[in-house]
Amino acid sequence: MDIPYWNKEIETADRATIEKIQLERLGKTLSCALRSPFYKRLLGEAGISSGDGIKSLGDLRRIPFTTKDDLRKSFPKGMMSVDMEQVVRIHSSSGTTGIPTVIYFSSQDVNNWTDLVARCIFSTGATSKDVFQNMMTYGLFTGGLGLHYGAEAVGMTIIPIGGGNTKRQIKVMKDFHTTVLHITPSYLLHIHSKLGDVGINRDELAIKKAFVGAEPHSENTRLKIQELLDIDAYNSYGLSELNGPGVAFECVYKKDMHVWEDAYIVEIIDPETGEVLEDGQEGEVVLTNLIRHATPILRYRTRDLAFLHPDKCECGRTHRRLSRILGRTDDMLIINGVNVFPSQIEEKIMQIPEVGTNYQIYVDKKGSLDRLTVKVEIYPKLFLGEASQLDALKNKIKEELRSSIVINAVIELHEPGALPVSEGKAQRVVDQRSKL
Amino acid sequence: MAKQLNIFVDNRAGRLKSISENLLKSDIDIRAFTIQDKGEYGLLKLLVNKPSEAYLALADLGCACALKDILAIYVPDQPGNFHKLTTALADHDINIIDAYGFVLQPHNKGVCCLEIENLAGTNAEDIVTSAGFSVLEDEELYKL
Repeated sequence: MDIPYWNKEIETADRATIEKIQLERLGKTLSCALRSPFYKRLLGEAGISSGDGIKSLGDLRRIPFTTKDDLRKSFPKGMMSVDMEQVVRIHSSSGTTGIPTVIYFSSQDVNNWTDLVARCIFSTGATSKDVFQNMMTYGLFTGGLGLHYGAEAVGMTIIPIGGGNTKRQIKVMKDFHTTVLHITPSYLLHIHSKLGDVGINRDELAIKKAFVGAEPHSENTRLKIQELLDIDAYNSYGLSELNGPGVAFECVYKKDMHVWEDAYIVEIIDPETGEVLEDGQEGEVVLTNLIRHATPILRYRTRDLAFLHPDKCECGRTHRRLSRILGRTDDMLIINGVNVFPSQIEEKIMQIPEVGTNYQIYVDKKGSLDRLTVKVEIYPKLFLGEASQLDALKNKIKEELRSSIVINAVIELHEPGALPVSEGKAQRVVDQRSKL
Repeated sequence: MAKQLNIFVDNRAGRLKSISENLLKSDIDIRAFTIQDKGEYGLLKLLVNKPSEAYLALADLGCACALKDILAIYVPDQPGNFHKLTTALADHDINIIDAYGFVLQPHNKGVCCLEIENLAGTNAEDIVTSAGFSVLEDEELYKL
């Protein structure tokens, strides 16, 4: 097979070269990070006062972990390492857990990120001849713009359509002979189920590839996508804290995702002890930025569970491959690509007086899309005996969840005592999606 | 004013039984009932001989229930009378939220129980009486 490389020298560099680059860039990143109030304190406490203090990659373990909570507490400028004047872009999480997180990009940061994404796109065999329909949300979310810039660098013809509006998506695919999609796996399956409604056959579309990401999915889902649509689906991994998409991506062999190790140091740790695990062992993914200046993040605990393949890929790239995400160390749910914590739902519903003492979050599939049902017990003392009151309560809960957590939930009301009582490992969340 | 008991019941096997069992324990006699299906739950509406006792019996168990004022009206069991009643209320813009009826044997008398939107804020009782119907007082209703 003819292997497409965006930057062959880096992508196929031997281990010693990659580690040399990592060490050099880690030192620079530390010096940069030390300019932010957060890392000045954190690294100071660990006895690191300059980037020169790092003599080997083993010294990485002297650096304390950074958590999502640290990002929240540092909002808005605690992790900023440059002057605002040098910042050309901001990406921010929607703050669904209460406090938002923010990442600043310098012009060089955007260029570096773009180059990594271009590398990802190119490694799947996509080229400037492709028409790229970017169906991820644009805006503060990194998924849309991240791939957009990378695709532009590759020279693809980009259709920056963003998410939603299924019928229009399908029509646009046909009208412009789209060949490559960027989409969540659940939405892609939904698109497939709607082709008939629009009166368009698969044969009328030119699609060949899809980059799928932003939500965990099984190998079975990928196989289903490939079979139903007769395309190649490539897994994508990234998180907004570490730039967004472009952290790891599958090559033409589709045997898990190469982590660009000249741009990130990837570690797999035991989430309980923090101990670094061997390749092949499953644990929490920890990532360190090596080429970001405005908001460098060190040893970030992603809460994603995965493992690194110990063996080399047939494509000749030396950058190790990360498995698909096997789970989470926390209870975060991903509902049609949107991150949702059960605690957020709890916080919102428990503010409503007519809601009783117990609730349950139930997740399943309706067609190919995720469906989230929030079951709540009603508070008997405020029950007036009217159906209209109950309808209004349902709408109130639904609207509250829609406006604050951006999820479209089905609301069910139940009588007091009807839902399973939480004891020990609470049965507050029931996720039935495990095997599609 | 007559009262009925509105009870929130999960829509699953055994829930009605648990309610009827507790009413039986309190020696409650059921005159009429209806269930409004709302998907995962239903609204059970009961006309009983001792509404307050029935309410307490269920509320003490943590049941979500409420006593609701209703208009219970004698309607002679002949064609046209129900229409006459609904016309009288409609003419005064009074909205019926829910209703059920039953016929008393052997008197050939119908009883129509109406849940009226914002009942306390209307003069529905006067309207019905003016239209020639008689409204059952609560004690009268419970003794049927």
